[in-house]
Amino acid sequence: MTTEPHDHENMHEYDPQHHHPHRDDQDDTMTYYRIMESAVRDLLIEKKLINADQIRDQIEKMDARVPANGAKIVARAWSDMDYKNRLINDPKSAVAELGHDIGPLNLIVLENTESVHNVVVCTLCSCYPRWILGLPPDWYKSREYRSRVVREPRKVLEEFGTLIDDQREVRVHDSTADMRYLVLPKRPHGTEELSEEDLVPLIGRDALIGVVEVKAP
Amino acid sequence: MTGFAKDSLVRVKSHFPPSPPAHCRTPFYIRGCVGKIERICGAFENPEELAFGRVGGDKKVLYRVRFSQSDIWPDYEGSKNDQIDIELYDFWLENPEEERK
Amino acid sequence: MNRDFTARGNHDMGGLEAGTIDKDEHDYALWEKRVDAMMMLLSNELSILTVDQLRKGIEALPPDAYDNMTYYERWMASITNTLLETGVITTEELGSKMREIKPDFFSGMDSLK
Repeated sequence: MTTEPHDHENMHEYDPQHHHPHRDDQDDTMTYYRIMESAVRDLLIEKKLINADQIRDQIEKMDARVPANGAKIVARAWSDMDYKNRLINDPKSAVAELGHDIGPLNLIVLENTESVHNVVVCTLCSCYPRWILGLPPDWYKSREYRSRVVREPRKVLEEFGTLIDDQREVRVHDSTADMRYLVLPKRPHGTEELSEEDLVPLIGRDALIGVVEVKAP
Repeated sequence: MTGFAKDSLVRVKSHFPPSPPAHCRTPFYIRGCVGKIERICGAFENPEELAFGRVGGDKKVLYRVRFSQSDIWPDYEGSKNDQIDIELYDFWLENPEEERK
Repeated sequence: MNRDFTARGNHDMGGLEAGTIDKDEHDYALWEKRVDAMMMLLSNELSILTVDQLRKGIEALPPDAYDNMTYYERWMASITNTLLETGVITTEELGSKMREIKPDFFSGMDSLK
């Protein structure tokens, strides 16, 4: 039953029918829940409900969803006023124009302006526009962020190095139900000459969540 | 019962009678607070039912409701302009004129 | 006597006091991505579980789950519990399979009083 230990990190070699000791991920010992994951997966495969190809496919799809997707959308909106209007009024279609199928998501695009700075949270769990941006950062899902950003958003923003003028409203959005949110950050001064392509690297994930503003290079 | 119109004032119920002992999406911190309908999001299946695996039920109207932070937190330290938008289902909202239940 | 029946769930954290935000991020481990993938398949493709069942299952975990379990550990516990509840798998199948996967993890437990 045993063979040479080989690396399960490389999914292209993964073969769930091949019964042998599973190699640990990341050199940690197998924990209870990792064992459970293996067990449940094996059972679901045995019952022919899922197969390894499907799992690999889902992982590849998720890996392809990255914050740069959101950055490109923002860069387009900054460079093209008509696109920006479409993005705000019909986000699903506008995002599809750039090749992203957001699946079951209902997206709302929150435009930061001179008078409003938007920031997003899911206090009840970790809802996030994952179909565009991929998986959320750990801090977004943390107790500390979820508890505090609704109650003291300015203090939380300060922890991310962001200071919003008192005259400007800080508006928090709690994703409690079926909507998902993407912040459209303000275009910083000093970027007027930059092409759409050159704008993309300036726009990080955290600006799309709303904890930071985009800075000029 | 007709739905709420945009910009109308609504109060979040303290508990929806009967509130299921498992899974609802109305955060504790917003209960009893009064806000304004920012938009009608559409109708969606009820998460309180979906949580039990029951799909295909009646859809319920979902609203985004906007609140002033200083109305929610007695000791709110930010700007008086600060607000918070939350998605709330129709059956958790009532007319603020109604006597509190 | 007025009692407050509106108990706050452990997951319902908005507005509670908490410390500074740890901005350290970890790369998702492969097993974590597999949990995520499994959930996507079970819900979107197969309609065996809803996302709401996943959330409800997490909310049902003991209070210290938030501090003592990692994010995807909570997901795994919830998915497993829901699959057990709906009869997709049985407790016996689960137990046997877990022992089969890593027998030495469980062998010490047989002698626990």
